[in-house]
Amino acid sequence: MGEAGNANAKKMTIIVTKGTLDWAYPPFILATTAAAMGADVTMFFTFYGLPLLLKKLDLEVSPLGNPAMKMPMMGMHMGMPNLIGMLPGVTAGATAMMKNMIAKKGVASIEELREAAIESDVNMIACQMTMDLFEYKLEDMISGPTLGGAATWMEHAAKSDINLYI
Amino acid sequence: MAETLLDAKGLNCPLPILRAKKALKDVAMGESLRILATDPGSVADFAAFCRTTGNELVETKQDGSTYQFLIKRTA
Repeated sequence: MGEAGNANAKKMTIIVTKGTLDWAYPPFILATTAAAMGADVTMFFTFYGLPLLLKKLDLEVSPLGNPAMKMPMMGMHMGMPNLIGMLPGVTAGATAMMKNMIAKKGVASIEELREAAIESDVNMIACQMTMDLFEYKLEDMISGPTLGGAATWMEHAAKSDINLYI
Repeated sequence: MAETLLDAKGLNCPLPILRAKKALKDVAMGESLRILATDPGSVADFAAFCRTTGNELVETKQDGSTYQFLIKRTA
């Protein structure tokens, strides 16, 4: 079925640089779908993407500085002025609303997608430099991901058919 | 031809594809998987999935808001 590990399998790398709830979706959806379609996938988690590897995920989303975030409310799509987005509690409220919409519409949680990625043998690399920079400990991360730097990613990318930067 | 049923109704992308891939692992070569889904995007997705993985999309039909896909494992 064009399984990963097959010499003809497409190879794909994804550099994951963002860690908000909304931005966590594209890399995990693309990685799991590609793996399901036989691709050999490597995800390189760096900067704000690194917390996506924490055992306990606590992802948030904020309307602040996010003018494209117009959510279905009261029959139309509504955004929130930055001034309101700055108020205490608004990030938590927006996050709760997003999680609610996700559950209602049958969209997978990030935890579920991450689990699916691990089950499909997606290769996950945690950026060593970011681990040092933001003082993360390997024990706080899920088991499985290896440590590496830019050269590690580059070797995969040079042999890859698809390289994405998210 | 034995047929396994996968109910993916109410699930949104990429779950129908991920669940189908998992279910296909247990389907013997030549046997089929029937998938029920409500995600309209799954119509194009299952066609693409079958083309890319070499499985045969035997049938696509729509019954109200439910789509049905019959995939024969050929790869």
